[in-house]
Amino acid sequence: MGTTVSRRWALRAVALAAFMTSAAFAADPVKIGSVVSATGPAAFLGDPEAKTLKLYVEELNKKGGLLGRPVELVLYDDGGDANKARTFATRLIEDDKVVAMVGGTTTGTTMAMIPVFEDAKIPFISLAGAIEIVEPMRAFVFKTPHTDKTACQKIFEDMKAKGITKIGMISGTDGFGKSMRNQCLKVIGEYGITVLADENYGATDSDMTPQLNKIKNTAGIQAVLNPGFGQGPAIVTRNYAQLGIALPLYESHGVASKSYVELAGPAAEGVRLPAPALLVVDKLPADDRQKAIGSAYKAAYEKATGQPVSTFGGYGFDGIQILTQAIARAKSTDPQKIRDAIEATKDYVGVTGIYTMSPTDHLGLGTDSFRMLQIKGGDWVMEAK
Amino acid sequence: MAEFLQLVFSGLTVGAVYALVALGFTLIYNASDVINFAQGDFVMIGGMGTVFLAAAGIALPLAALMAIVAAVIVGLLLHRLAIEPARGASPVALIMITIGASIFIKGVAQLVFDKQFHSLPAFSGDAPIALGGATLLPQSLWVMGVALALFVALYLFLEKTLLGKALRATAANRLAARLVGVNVTIILALAFGVSAAIGAIAGVVVTPITLTRYDVGTLFALKGFAAAMVGGMGHPLGAVVGGLLIGLLEAFGAGYISSTYKDAVAFVVILLVLFFLPRGLFGGRTVERV
Amino acid sequence: MLGRLLRARYATLFLLAAIMIAVPYLAPSAFYLRVAAVVWVFALAALGLTILMGYAGQVSLGHAGFLGLGGYAVAIGPARFGLDPVLCLFLGAALAGALAFLVGRPILRLKGYYLAIATLGFGVILALVFHSESDWTGGPDGMAVARVTVFGTRLAGAATWYWVTAGALLIGAFLALNIEASPTGRALKALHDSEVAAAGAGIDVGRKKLAAFVIGAIYAAFAGGLLAAMNGLITPDAASFMHSIELVAMVIIGGLGSVLGAVVGAAFLVVLPQALTVLQEYEQAVLGLLIMVFMIFLPAGIVPTLRKWLLERLS
Repeated sequence: MGTTVSRRWALRAVALAAFMTSAAFAADPVKIGSVVSATGPAAFLGDPEAKTLKLYVEELNKKGGLLGRPVELVLYDDGGDANKARTFATRLIEDDKVVAMVGGTTTGTTMAMIPVFEDAKIPFISLAGAIEIVEPMRAFVFKTPHTDKTACQKIFEDMKAKGITKIGMISGTDGFGKSMRNQCLKVIGEYGITVLADENYGATDSDMTPQLNKIKNTAGIQAVLNPGFGQGPAIVTRNYAQLGIALPLYESHGVASKSYVELAGPAAEGVRLPAPALLVVDKLPADDRQKAIGSAYKAAYEKATGQPVSTFGGYGFDGIQILTQAIARAKSTDPQKIRDAIEATKDYVGVTGIYTMSPTDHLGLGTDSFRMLQIKGGDWVMEAK
Repeated sequence: MAEFLQLVFSGLTVGAVYALVALGFTLIYNASDVINFAQGDFVMIGGMGTVFLAAAGIALPLAALMAIVAAVIVGLLLHRLAIEPARGASPVALIMITIGASIFIKGVAQLVFDKQFHSLPAFSGDAPIALGGATLLPQSLWVMGVALALFVALYLFLEKTLLGKALRATAANRLAARLVGVNVTIILALAFGVSAAIGAIAGVVVTPITLTRYDVGTLFALKGFAAAMVGGMGHPLGAVVGGLLIGLLEAFGAGYISSTYKDAVAFVVILLVLFFLPRGLFGGRTVERV
Repeated sequence: MLGRLLRARYATLFLLAAIMIAVPYLAPSAFYLRVAAVVWVFALAALGLTILMGYAGQVSLGHAGFLGLGGYAVAIGPARFGLDPVLCLFLGAALAGALAFLVGRPILRLKGYYLAIATLGFGVILALVFHSESDWTGGPDGMAVARVTVFGTRLAGAATWYWVTAGALLIGAFLALNIEASPTGRALKALHDSEVAAAGAGIDVGRKKLAAFVIGAIYAAFAGGLLAAMNGLITPDAASFMHSIELVAMVIIGGLGSVLGAVVGAAFLVVLPQALTVLQEYEQAVLGLLIMVFMIFLPAGIVPTLRKWLLERLS
């Protein structure tokens, strides 16, 4: 008896809810797809991305959706597995019939999905770092994160300004660390800097003192650079302090999250890294163009998730914002028109940087989108220019 | 010399962790012939549980204790709800159940906790101790000390107590143990509970060094399993020696050979050891029963 | 009638073929063909393990290493040496077989869990090589695989690959069934039950085990090559420890020693994550739970339990 009543009520509630949604949004939803690595080794990146995308679409629908239609986010977790990512990409296109996609947490999963989207002519905004995603150019593929090359350039500029010419490197062997290491080695010559020790560590290693000890015992090194993301750099930083290495330590944008500072603890004091304005949004001057959007995203994200904002979520934010703005400008959900509109993105002020895309540039960010930060007193401090 | 010493410190710290996981494997294997692939997840529960309980305002020692108790409950539930009902199944089926359990525990952990890395403050501060030109963190001493203490405790338990002898009897011959009045079900539950406790304690002491996340268990299980096997499955001393050996191999591999291939260095040595001693370092030469 | 069918050697083959023909008619979109193609590929790899684990009773926790080897052969051959991708598919399988032959001799002397850790170590080393030798393998982000052309037609699209992989699996299943019924298969089953007894019966245990290991490696490498060609990409992750575990799980969940079991097990672990996406964050927990439930209630695996049940009902 009790169950039948409650079931009837439940049915009524469902019917009512369905009626209300259909009244508010008479039209079909605009379907946006996403495949991110919300679990697995890259969850560090994928989790904030997934949360950001969900949050953004929720907010957007509260404000009335897009083109007068609700937006539906179809989100899948590939667990960092390229094969799964490819299957989900096929699913988004063949089964869910999405009009565009924002996702691809790692370079590996992105590269696995690119052919699927290129073949189907559906725009794909990737959230992964490597430069291969947009070089060579592909008609339907875009990306929002800085390339590791620009991060290297920013770091080497800073080193050069400080008169550093001989460095040691300790890189993660995950996709992020390895790709950045290779990019850094490509451009390092332009800055007159040489690498005297080139060490690696596995993404899940828990002690890097053997490698750092080698760097410590290499004569002539003036600074150390650590391309990597996840927990690796936090352990490198701690081991660095444990071994009492007094040289300046440079981290990458892969650690640009408050959790790195927390994990590394006092050892992070004095560490330098390139990072987008998002991390220091509170300290930006009032006239900085990124201040408003960065503060709003940070506040919304931290309120909804209870976790500190990270640049990775920011890539997701810029990705979906560029996409929805393009759909609004195109006044259409035709994938070809969306693609053209994304490519025409001009002077979009995002949390990561200011984007201007073109038929020859599907990223549209320069080195100036990075700020050189230093950790002081457990917080980020902007380096004086 | 200083460099050598530094590598030894590194290897012993990491190796002590592997040894603790391997001890957990050993205990359950001894009682049930099962390799429990959820062993690493007990380490995670110990670490993550303490982190989140401490964050909720509970004093660190109490939080650690509660996390260890939670892991023991998970271990007992694993035995009661998954291993016990499948009694009589082949070892591969039982191992598959523990793999399922490992996936399940990770799945629940990412809901109960989160997917970020976390750390705990070191028990005795972060000031490194200088020793012969090398440095050592006080927490490393904690890890090694706890590993040693747990090993001794486990040894005494297995050799000197009636319960421990019952456990060994069950391991040697389950039917015979049952005939002399050993309650095999309780013994198995005990093995799972104690293994979970060992894993969780390891998780608490290593989190300040290695950091923790909902999925760190996989790596611990992999290395702990390797340690238990190279030492000789079922031998507590073998587990400890195996763990330390792998830790040292990784450190020396990274320091002297190639940091990229340090895991390969460890596994090549394991393969060599098994080539000459097919039952591990302490496994002896048991003849297969027909 | 059904009882005879259940016992007939090639019944599995006909059932499999019937399913393969039916799926495209029932699939609402090409996505389902893609999932089915992935199932066929992993089933092929799992079949190799079925021969090793199910017939010969030898565990391998490094089988994904051979899968990766086959994949990288198809990636590296055409890109670095200008070889034909189809030729590389066979070269990769041959290479995996040769490697298995070399390492199999010392490794297969080990028993039980010791064999498990040795194969695991071997797999980890292979995965590490794929991961680290960037100049050859493209490093952690993997390597693109050139699109395959057969007789002037480019193999692209889910439907095409569906039939290619289905054909490969059918051939693989046919061979596996024949191996099972051959003297070698019977010898393998004998040593599965007891090595000592098998040796006593005059079976060259070492050689038979090695044969099973080599065959298993060839199956896995072939599957890996197909996977890489189908995806247009291979990453070192394909050779990872987790994938080795996944392959073993397929064999055990489906039913140790059963050809159809390998296919059912592969379907279980490939389709389930797709079906569970509606659960979002609960996906992993439910997947783990389902694996446990299936193993607790069907410890012999899905297919053998079902078969036994059917046979009992019929008699």
